[in-house]
Amino acid sequence: MKKKQIACLCILLVGGMLVWLAGLLVTPKYMSENREGALIAEYYNETTPHDVLFLGDCEVYESFTPPTLWEQYGITSYIRGTPQQLVWQSYYLLKDTLKTETPKAVVFNVYAMRYGEPQNEAYNRITLDGMRWSGAKLGAIHASMTEEETVISYVLPLLRYHSRWKELTEEDVRYLIKRETVSHNGYLMQKGVRPMEVTLGGVPLDDPDLPERAWEYLEKMRLLCAEKGIQLILIKSPTNFWGYHWYDEWEEQISSYAKEKNLSYYNFIPLAEEIGIDWSRDTYDGGAHLNVYGAEKLTAYFGKILQEKFGIADRRSDAALVAVWNEKLDRYYRERNGE
Amino acid sequence: MQFVSFEFLLLIALTLLLYYTLPKKKQWWVLLAASYVFYFFAGAECLLFILYTTAVTYLFGVWMQRRADAENAYIEGQRDLLSKEERKGYRAKEKKKRFRILVLGLFLGFGMLAILKYTAFVLSGFNRFGADLSVPDLLLPLGISFYTFQSMGYLIDVYRGRGRAEKNPLRLALFVSFFPQLLQGPISRFGDLAPQLYAEHSFDKSNLTAGLSRVVWGYFKKLVVADTAMIAVKSIVMGSYEGSYVFFLTILYSIVIYGDFTGGIDITIGVSEMLGIRLRENFDRPFSSRSTKEFWNRWHITMGTWFTDYVYYPLSVCKPMQRFSKWSRVHLGNTVGKHLPVYLATIVTWFLTGLWHGAGWNFIVWGLLNCFIILASRALQPLWDLWHKRAPRISASRPWAIWQATRTFLLMGLVRSLDCYANVPKTFRLWGTMLTRWNVGELLSGGILRLGLDAADWCVIVLGVAVMFAVSQFSKTEPLRYRLNKRPVLWTLAITLGVIVILLFGSYGIGYNAGDFIYTQF
Repeated sequence: MKKKQIACLCILLVGGMLVWLAGLLVTPKYMSENREGALIAEYYNETTPHDVLFLGDCEVYESFTPPTLWEQYGITSYIRGTPQQLVWQSYYLLKDTLKTETPKAVVFNVYAMRYGEPQNEAYNRITLDGMRWSGAKLGAIHASMTEEETVISYVLPLLRYHSRWKELTEEDVRYLIKRETVSHNGYLMQKGVRPMEVTLGGVPLDDPDLPERAWEYLEKMRLLCAEKGIQLILIKSPTNFWGYHWYDEWEEQISSYAKEKNLSYYNFIPLAEEIGIDWSRDTYDGGAHLNVYGAEKLTAYFGKILQEKFGIADRRSDAALVAVWNEKLDRYYRERNGE
Repeated sequence: MQFVSFEFLLLIALTLLLYYTLPKKKQWWVLLAASYVFYFFAGAECLLFILYTTAVTYLFGVWMQRRADAENAYIEGQRDLLSKEERKGYRAKEKKKRFRILVLGLFLGFGMLAILKYTAFVLSGFNRFGADLSVPDLLLPLGISFYTFQSMGYLIDVYRGRGRAEKNPLRLALFVSFFPQLLQGPISRFGDLAPQLYAEHSFDKSNLTAGLSRVVWGYFKKLVVADTAMIAVKSIVMGSYEGSYVFFLTILYSIVIYGDFTGGIDITIGVSEMLGIRLRENFDRPFSSRSTKEFWNRWHITMGTWFTDYVYYPLSVCKPMQRFSKWSRVHLGNTVGKHLPVYLATIVTWFLTGLWHGAGWNFIVWGLLNCFIILASRALQPLWDLWHKRAPRISASRPWAIWQATRTFLLMGLVRSLDCYANVPKTFRLWGTMLTRWNVGELLSGGILRLGLDAADWCVIVLGVAVMFAVSQFSKTEPLRYRLNKRPVLWTLAITLGVIVILLFGSYGIGYNAGDFIYTQF
C-alpha cells in the first residue's frame, strides 16, 4: 500500500514539474520578435546600483541611452520602460526597484498620463510578466488587468500562453531557462532611419482632462520619491507624432501640477531644435520614436541637466563601476556599429 | 461564475472542505450556501427570480400537501359514516381543488419563465405582421429553464401524491438551487435527489476519486474537443459556407454539442459524486442509436422523461383527449382514430420541447422535425417489420447496425443545424445546397484549414474524438472511472495526464468564449 502511495505522489510531482516546464516552454521569450517583452526581466541581472531610474513607455526606452549617459557624464542609469506602460505600472515598477536600490533621481515620461483605465492585455503582459513576484507585482496586476484577464493566469503562465504549443520554435527551447540581453540597461537600440514626413496635429479631444486615476498614481509616485529622498523629474520626450500627439491641454495640466508640487518638468518637444534633433535622420519610424542617433543627442542634452541641475554624480572614479560599464559600452558600440 | 473558471474550482474545493469537516447535520447547509454563492457570482441580479420560483414551489407544494392531509384525515375520521361512493365523491372534489391549486402554481412558475423567455419572441412576431409594439430587452436568468422545470415537476409530483411536500423552505431552496445542476441539468426528481441532499454523508475516497475523474473527463470533452471544434463551426456559419461545408457542419456540430453538453453534465455529476450525491445520467451513448426514437431515449434523458411524464402521458390520457379519441374513431375510422391522439400528444410535446430550447422559430421547427421523423418512423413500422422479416440476416448484421447508427447520427446532426443557423429559411436553403453545390474538393484541399483552425488543431480534435470513442467502448460494461478507481497508480496517472492535456490543448482563456456552455442559454 505504501509503495502505491509513493508512486502516486511521484506521478503528481512529475506532473507538477511538467506543468511548470510546459509553462516555461510556451511563455514567449522575446529574443527575436517583440524584444520589448524582455526588457523588464533584464533589470534583475544588474549587479551595480543606478543613480537615475527612467520610467515610462516607449518614448522613454527609445529616447535615452544609459551607455551615453555613462560615457559622457559618468552617470549610472537604468530604463524600466515598456510599450504603453501605464502610470500605475510605473508606480509599481518604482516600488519594485526600491526593494533593491534607491536612485538619486527618477525620470518619468508623462505621456502615459493620458490613460486612466486598463488598456491592452498584450501590453500588460509585456510589462508585468517580467517582474519578479512580490507585493508590487501583485499590485500592478490588480491595477492593470483588463476584464478578460485573471490573476491566476499570471501565476501560471501556461493558462495564458498554452495555445502557443502550436507556435513553438527553436528559440523557445534555447531560451527556456536563460535569456540573452537585448537591451542596453533598458534602452532598445533602433538604428533604422525613416524621416518624419507627416506633421499633422492631433484629433480634437473629447475630454481634455487627464484622468483621475493617472493623477492618483503620479501623486503616489511623488510621495514615494519624497519619502525616499529621491528627486522626481517629469519629462515629455521630443516626439510629437500625430498618432501620439501631446496636447496643449495636457501640457497645461502637467505644468500646473509640476509647479504646484515643486517638481521639475521638461517638455523636450519645443527643445528638439536646441537638442539638435534632425527629424529627417534621427527617427526610425517617421517621427514616432527616436533612433539611436536621436536618442544619443537627447541623452547628451539631458545628461548635462542631470549633472548640473540635479547634482547626479560622475562615478567614473569608481573602478568597480568603470569595469562594469566598460563592458556595457563595448557591447553598445558593437551593436551600434553593426558588429 | 462559470464552470470554466478558477472561481468555480475554488468554490468546489471550499465546499468539499467544509462539507466533510463540519458536522454532518450541517452538510446540506453547506450545499445551500455554496449554491447561492454560485448563483450570486453567476448573476446577482438573477437571485430574485430563483427566490421567486423557490417561494412559489414551496408555498403551493405545502398548500396542496395540507389539503391532501386534511382530505385523508377527514376520510379516516368519517370512514364509518361515509359510504364508498360518498368517499369517492369527496376525494374527487378535493382532487379538483388541489388541481386548481396546482394549475395556479404552474401558471405562476411557468408564467415567469414564459414572460422572461418568450415576450420578445411573441412581440417580435406581432411586429412582423404590422404591429408596432416595443420589444423589451428582458434579463434571462441563468438556468431558469432547468430550475423552473425541476420545480414544477416537484409540484406535479406532490399533486399526484408521489411524495410529500417539503416543509422546510430552506431544504426546498436547496433542491431548487443545487448548484452543480443549475446551469444545464440534469433535471432531477424530488424523490431521487432530495433524500440525498439532506442525508448525512461520510467521506468516501472512492466517491471523491470517481467524481474527480468524471470532472476532469468533462473538462477534456468540453475544452479540448468541443470548444476547439466550435471555432470551425462558427466560421462555417458566419461565412455562410454552402454545399459540402454544410454537411461537414452537421458532423462537426454534433461533436461540438456532444462534447459540450456531456462535458458539462460530467462536471455536474462528477462534482455531485464527490459530495456523495448520485444524479441521474443524462446521456447513454447516444451516437450508437439506431433510430430517432432510440436517440431521444439516450440523449438529454432527463428532459425527455420530464416531458414524457409531465406532458405526453397526462395529455394522452386526459379527458379531452379521450373524448377526441372517441370522436376520431367514429368520424375518421378506427385506424386513424386510434393513432390520432398519440400523434397529437406527440406533436404538442415536441412543440413544447422545441420551445423549451429557445424562443425562436428555428427551435420550434427543430422540435417539430424531430416529431415528424419519430411519427413517420412509427407510421412506417409495418414496412420495417416486413423488411426485417424478409431479410433477417441483413437486418441483424453489424454493417446494418452501423448503417442505422450512421443514418441516425447524420439525420440528427442535420436537424440540429437549425440551432447553428438560427434561421429556418436560411437553414433549409443551405440544406438544399448540399445537393446542388458539390465542393467537397475545395473543403478537402485546404478549405478545412481556412475555418479558423490549423492542422495542429484538427489533429487535437481528431485525437480527442478518438479518445472519447475509446473511453466509450471501454465503458460498455462498467464506467472506466470505476475501473481506474480500483488502481490508484493508474488513476493518478490518468488524472495527471488529463489535467496536463486540458491545460495545454484546451480552448480557454483570452480570445476564447470557452466558458459558455451551449445549453446554459436555455
